Amino acid sequence: MNTERSEVTGATPASGAPLLDIRGLRIEGFADERWNPIIKGVDLTLHRGEVLGLIGESGAGKSTLGLAAMGFARAGVRFAGGSVRFDGMDLLTMPEWKRRRLWGTRMTYVAQSAAASFNPAHRLIDQTVAAAVREGLKSEAEAIADAKALYAQLQLPDPEHIGARYPHQVSGGQLQRVMTAMAMSARPDLIVFDEPTTALDVTTQVEVLMSMRKIVEEFDTAAIYITHDLAVVAQMADRIKVLRYGEEVEEAETREMLAHPKQDYTKSLWSVRSLRKAADPSEDVVLRAEGIDAAYGNRLKVLHDVSIDLPRGRTVALVGESGSGKSTMAKVVTGLLPPSKGEITFDGAPLPPKLKDRSKEQLRRIQMIYQMADTAMNPRQTVGEIIGRPLTFYHGLKGAALERRTVELLEQIELDAGFYDRLPGELSGGQKQRICIARALAADPDVILCDEVTSALDQIVQEGILKLLMRLQRERGIAYLFIAHDIATVEAIADEIVVMYQGRVVEQGLKDQILAPPHPDYTELLLSSVPEMDPDWLTALMERRRAEAGGPRP
Amino acid sequence: MHPVLRTVLQRFALGVLTLFIVSIIIFASVQMLPGDFAEAVLGQAATTETVAAFRRELGLDQPPVIRYLDWIGALAQGDLGTSFSGRAASGVDRSREVADLVGPRLLNTLFLAGMTALIAVPLALFLGITAALKRDSLYDKAVSTTTLTTISFPEFFVAYILILLLGALWPVFPSLADVSPGMPLWDRVYTTALPALTLTLVIVAHMMRMTRAAIINLLASPYIEMARLKGEPPRRVILRHALPNAWAPIAAVIAFNLAYLVVGVVVVEVVFVYPGIGQLMVDAVSARDIPVVQACALIFAATYILLNLVADIIGIVTNPRLLHPK
Amino acid sequence: MTDQTEGYSAAAEVGRFRTRRTWRQRAWIELKKAPPTALFGLLVIAGYIFVALFAPWLAPYGEAEVFAQSYAPWSAEHPFGTDQIGRDILTRLIYGARNTIGIAFVTTLLAFVIGVSLGLVAAINRAWLDQVISRGVDVLMAIPSLIFALMLLSIFGSSALSLILIIAVLDSTRVFRLTRSVAVGVVVMDYVEAAQLRGEGLGWVMRREILPNILPPLVAEFGLRFCFVFLTIAALSFLGVGIQPPTADWGTMVRETANLIQFARFDLKAGLTPLLPAAAIALLTVAVNFVVDWFLQKTSGLRDEH
Repeated sequence: MNTERSEVTGATPASGAPLLDIRGLRIEGFADERWNPIIKGVDLTLHRGEVLGLIGESGAGKSTLGLAAMGFARAGVRFAGGSVRFDGMDLLTMPEWKRRRLWGTRMTYVAQSAAASFNPAHRLIDQTVAAAVREGLKSEAEAIADAKALYAQLQLPDPEHIGARYPHQVSGGQLQRVMTAMAMSARPDLIVFDEPTTALDVTTQVEVLMSMRKIVEEFDTAAIYITHDLAVVAQMADRIKVLRYGEEVEEAETREMLAHPKQDYTKSLWSVRSLRKAADPSEDVVLRAEGIDAAYGNRLKVLHDVSIDLPRGRTVALVGESGSGKSTMAKVVTGLLPPSKGEITFDGAPLPPKLKDRSKEQLRRIQMIYQMADTAMNPRQTVGEIIGRPLTFYHGLKGAALERRTVELLEQIELDAGFYDRLPGELSGGQKQRICIARALAADPDVILCDEVTSALDQIVQEGILKLLMRLQRERGIAYLFIAHDIATVEAIADEIVVMYQGRVVEQGLKDQILAPPHPDYTELLLSSVPEMDPDWLTALMERRRAEAGGPRP
Repeated sequence: MHPVLRTVLQRFALGVLTLFIVSIIIFASVQMLPGDFAEAVLGQAATTETVAAFRRELGLDQPPVIRYLDWIGALAQGDLGTSFSGRAASGVDRSREVADLVGPRLLNTLFLAGMTALIAVPLALFLGITAALKRDSLYDKAVSTTTLTTISFPEFFVAYILILLLGALWPVFPSLADVSPGMPLWDRVYTTALPALTLTLVIVAHMMRMTRAAIINLLASPYIEMARLKGEPPRRVILRHALPNAWAPIAAVIAFNLAYLVVGVVVVEVVFVYPGIGQLMVDAVSARDIPVVQACALIFAATYILLNLVADIIGIVTNPRLLHPK
Repeated sequence: MTDQTEGYSAAAEVGRFRTRRTWRQRAWIELKKAPPTALFGLLVIAGYIFVALFAPWLAPYGEAEVFAQSYAPWSAEHPFGTDQIGRDILTRLIYGARNTIGIAFVTTLLAFVIGVSLGLVAAINRAWLDQVISRGVDVLMAIPSLIFALMLLSIFGSSALSLILIIAVLDSTRVFRLTRSVAVGVVVMDYVEAAQLRGEGLGWVMRREILPNILPPLVAEFGLRFCFVFLTIAALSFLGVGIQPPTADWGTMVRETANLIQFARFDLKAGLTPLLPAAAIALLTVAVNFVVDWFLQKTSGLRDEH
């Protein structure tokens, strides 16, 4: 009993031995009637008080590895080899009931979707203290008092009473902080953060990041921080490990990794950040929206007096958080949502507000590319049919001419004729988005609306798509109305920027002008919240905001 | 008003409205009777006077709205009308009140359904939950394949197999469930054993599969994984984390299957010549005894609507989002 | 970026290789991977279809041919004996396949035509029309369908036509619900919006964009609905208000020979006679269920338990 107690409380004194030591770990997942490797022999070492960033694209095996660090395998996943030693104990050979006593006490987990990971039937405070009380580390009263203190430290509003609420009664950003408090309640040696801010808006994300980092530093807890966002990991981690296809690409101290990435793959991850087009002003407006008001049904108005000018052959980026009305603006331009006030002119002539009143020619000249290429293509049509349909529909191409033109378009988007007969399900994310671009190109448009076209893609693929869009703009003089929430993407592609907030235009102008200070308040908040690659960025921001809030908190 | 109360009242009102519309449909379908119905019932030999009298009694000389209001008004006082059978061309009327016909038989049917539910519900929940917890084990596969087979069987197939085995070859139970009023309880249970067993087999298969699916769905929730990652032992994961969220789906499964049971009763009662409301209805359909058919249909529909209403209300009162509004 | 170009050509190679197979070859490959339950199901279904199609050639006697001896025991002349008025049971079983399955199939087909078209209209309209149809269906579904069918049959009388129409309408409500819910999920997809933005007409959108994408659940539902309709018709016939004599039908046959079961102690074969048509019904529904189960696992991996 004594030894178990010490295992749970973590009485072992800190020493030179690593807290977590993973050797040659192999993990397999069951799919298509057989076991397929997910993690192919990864080593990982973590010392007390150290934060390791795990970074990679979706499908790289980050989450699986993070859970494996706790000796946990999801259903349909199994350990196939190697060892995971936590504080000298081999987690993989340990009986499950012993491992369970470590979970929630010495090693804890913060999940990506806080809303789904809290049990809807119990109060937050009960869920926060459950593990610590269960293992007898604290009395219930102590644990509750401590949890309230943690809530306060994590800057949750009304820390005394917020715990009495149920999960659906608080916001996503707040839930994520409560989950951090829950992870911290038993003062663990190790916390695994699994993409904890991915689902949050950028301004909320930065606040959650700040409170997470503060609390991890304060208790000197070791952590594994999993993310696909380089700038975020740069703020949180002491060391970074890059994963790809279940294998380690490289690992280094954060500053070293940012300054001198060794592997080509790592360098390519960084490169999207360096992509930048010089702004090119133009007065030749092709699409003009003036004083647009719009509402869904009879509910609240979503757009208030929005005016936007899109110059021919240029890119105007529409920037704002979710709910700012930028996607609604796209709906108005396409005619899916006729505005209640205001007018759109296209090439000097007024554009009918309703989709069904527009001529085929008008429809042809304004095309759209969607955020989710998966849902933008009919999964039952082949690539040839998808690209060929607008060619037939608008240009009347048939037979051999149709096929020839389709293959030409495939070549323009840097894919070969072999794709002609394939279904969308057989393509990667980047390839799908390219096909969507080809479909828009097939109409030979003047304007393309790009709705968050890169935000669902992995960073490395984003660069290729952005470059392709820029090249097509140069070659064919297409204007883009580019909707995005990610400043790095906007910096790369835009000539002009329009900042939107709660359905209104906050600021609009040439890129350099908007991105350079001084800013209106909201632009300032939005821009300052976008994490930068500089590891000191978050520290600097925290100090600046603290100073603005009226001196350091007690 | 508290949102739970408000939602429950809304659902209740919707249930009453549905019942009202259903009563109109049941009433209106009689209006679609082809030909001169009075003549058909009374036979060719009926005199013009008796036919006219019968029509007046049916209210065929009144506008439909008045007739509906009369019918529903009488219904509210427990008067289900008068059966057509027993009428003769001569005008001699030996017909009986529908309420007298339906009453005792309804009790018999409720007895059979209640007995079945008493065995089937706990058994199905046990099988369904254990199969879900031991998902993909040999036990799960065996139970799942067996039940997939049984749900494909028509009720009378199961019934005759049981009669063949337990009634004819090894006569353990009577193959005719001939209950009579004033029978001692134990005799009644013994006589009803085979129909109850038949219904149990059919219902358990359905209910078990649905329970299993509901629990598997629940266990896939991220908060269950979170509970495990907090080191909660399996028993606590089930009791504290899964169970509070399981009431609504389980209630839905039970109500759905009890509603199914109400329908399954019809065939089983006919097989075992059990004097229940199902057999009454089938006889009435064959004899085209419309008042009895209407009364039975209304009772079945009302039970069905009530059961679904109860499931909805259990779902509402166990939903934390409604219990603890923002 | 270099390895991505590599990936393209390699993957494209795979793509070309894949499309060269015809659907027949693909079906054969799927079939070889199918679990034994599904193969068993397919085999049984094929057998039933064969019997139903070639009934007149397979049956030893005529459908309504009456022999002198009623309730004759099993013999070489009458492999399963004769029924209460002296008709050959085997012959009736074979013709029963044709009648019972045929009527159930036509009914299911009709239910689908009604349910799918209304469901698609409701899913695309999403306004007052949707409301009207959906509320109407809610009310119809508030009455258990067997009870509703019994009531309507008592009013319209039991003929094959009224049986088909009544059950098809009652069952189309469930088809409507499924079609609507699946189609609503497809209608909100960006590719449907993309087609609308391109200027495509309603017909094209329904036929080319929506229908192909709701087909797998509909095919599975067709199997399940067929079982349900088949069992309902069998039950109604068993109750004496379904398919009427002299048409041979399995449900009616069970009812007519049911008394023989009491003689099982003296002549087991005679006791088994009423179970034959019942088993014929059960075997077909089991087979269809096995195939549907496999199909659902292939297309979605999940099975809706309603």
